[in-house]
Amino acid sequence: MGVIKLGQETSLHFILPELPAPLLNDSHGKELGDEAAAVKSEDFQDSMKIAWRYQNLPKMEVSPTTHTKFGHYYDISKKMSPELCQSVKLHSFYLHEELPFEPKMKTWNMNSGYARLLQSIQRIISQEGFDGSDPQQKQRNVLRIGIQSLGSVLWGDDVCCSDTPEDPHSLTKFLYVLRGLLRKSLSACIITMPAHLIQNKAIMERVANLSDMVVGLESFIGSERETNPLYKDYHGLVHVHQIPRLNSLICDVSDTKDLAFRLKRKQFTIERLHLPPDLSDTVSRASKQDLAGSAKLLSSGCGAMAIGKKHLDF
Amino acid sequence: MLAELNELLGAAPERPDAGKFTLLRDTRTDGSFLVHHFLSFYLRAGCKVCFVALLQSFSHYNIVAQKLGVNLAAAKEQGQLVFLEGLQSCLDLLFGEEEQPGQPNPLQFVSGSTPELRALFDFVRVSLSAADSWKGPVLLVDDLSVLLSLGAAPVAVLDFIHYCRVYVCCQLKGNVVVLVHSNEDSEDEENELVVNSLCHHSDLILWAEGLATGFCKDVHGQAAEQDLVQTYQYKIQDRNVSFFAPGLSAAVL
Repeated sequence: MGVIKLGQETSLHFILPELPAPLLNDSHGKELGDEAAAVKSEDFQDSMKIAWRYQNLPKMEVSPTTHTKFGHYYDISKKMSPELCQSVKLHSFYLHEELPFEPKMKTWNMNSGYARLLQSIQRIISQEGFDGSDPQQKQRNVLRIGIQSLGSVLWGDDVCCSDTPEDPHSLTKFLYVLRGLLRKSLSACIITMPAHLIQNKAIMERVANLSDMVVGLESFIGSERETNPLYKDYHGLVHVHQIPRLNSLICDVSDTKDLAFRLKRKQFTIERLHLPPDLSDTVSRASKQDLAGSAKLLSSGCGAMAIGKKHLDF
Repeated sequence: MLAELNELLGAAPERPDAGKFTLLRDTRTDGSFLVHHFLSFYLRAGCKVCFVALLQSFSHYNIVAQKLGVNLAAAKEQGQLVFLEGLQSCLDLLFGEEEQPGQPNPLQFVSGSTPELRALFDFVRVSLSAADSWKGPVLLVDDLSVLLSLGAAPVAVLDFIHYCRVYVCCQLKGNVVVLVHSNEDSEDEENELVVNSLCHHSDLILWAEGLATGFCKDVHGQAAEQDLVQTYQYKIQDRNVSFFAPGLSAAVL
């Protein structure tokens, strides 16, 4: 079962037909498998002569490997089949269509939009048995909740408009109660927030502390990085600010935190950010600034130092 | 408990401290391993512990505690551990039945009926006041910064801690351990106010920091006892945290 929670005028009818088709193991996996096998057989024959210390290091995996997991990869050039959409039970929440909140909720001391959303989530959890209240239920599934643009004016909150919002605690209280609901049920929630609009950074710090996982997407569109040749292969950066540390002292930390995303014709991929080798003409020559610095030192009599303002002196 | 940390602090469960206020600070990292250490340390020492757990569920602490050699469920049953699960209390407050007059919800300030943290302090007081056979009482809080997110004013939070310290450390000769988050370039002024004030009133401050140079797989951060010159780097493993002098990680040697 799945739940989609929305707070904007875009209802389920608009979003559902736009969902991309999932990639299944057999078709896509085989394609990637053939490519990877071809690459591996080439490498095996070349042994490194100069950089031999790197011979035994694993080949850097930039893109998803042959082991594709269902639900992780999608073909964005195709749409999800209507049969797949209809096979799942969906609930939606559209703030302006909801009934006015019940009298008891007036004592919540929270923005009414958030309060009604919490009440709606709690009702679905208990009615559909995600809190384990129905032991007879054979198929145990996870309730997946998606909340769009939390904190925006569409939820009746002014945290995106003002540095000193009228009720700065509603958003964090909402997240705390939601955290409690998720911990006490078989559910998971993903929330998007327009962080670039929230001017009060203290609130963003508190939001991060109340979340298990925090990921940021930074697009290059409209920024100076769009034309930077170093980033020409990518469309933006992925920042993993925080990962969950649940039921354990350690957390599942990956080797790299430098990630970038790319929107190709068929796929949205997240890859390790690696800078291309600098093959331009000026790569081994002193740049103009270095030369100017050297000239100054020469004139002041420091001949040896003026050879090049570099750390190497040979 | 973390044996290496005990060595560094000169602490042993056979002779726990008395009347001490310990502040745990984390910056750019998750310092919750320190909370797990103190929880298991004081339970091993035979102290009565009141744990105000605001951020995680009971099962999370229980699973980690088992890796550190302590069974929280058993401690709760025997009356050694009084556990306040903040998340559950908040759900009870907002979705539950009308509260009973004799048992106010410790987090009732969230729904705005009372502006200060009196009910939370009363909970702590009642939990630790019973004359048991356990050794000195301990109050553990994880983490205090959450109270600000729930709408408590900084002054109310400081008053709460003051009352707890007077009652637990001075009157009962017990110990208080509190975790707070802080960042050097934080814009959360209320939080920084609370942290700075608590620093002045603490007997011991343990500071866990992410490395200034960024993420490293083999060294997760550095920890220091404030006021001491010595800083240690640490690496968190599944059942243990190893401490070493800066630059002497096993990965480097």
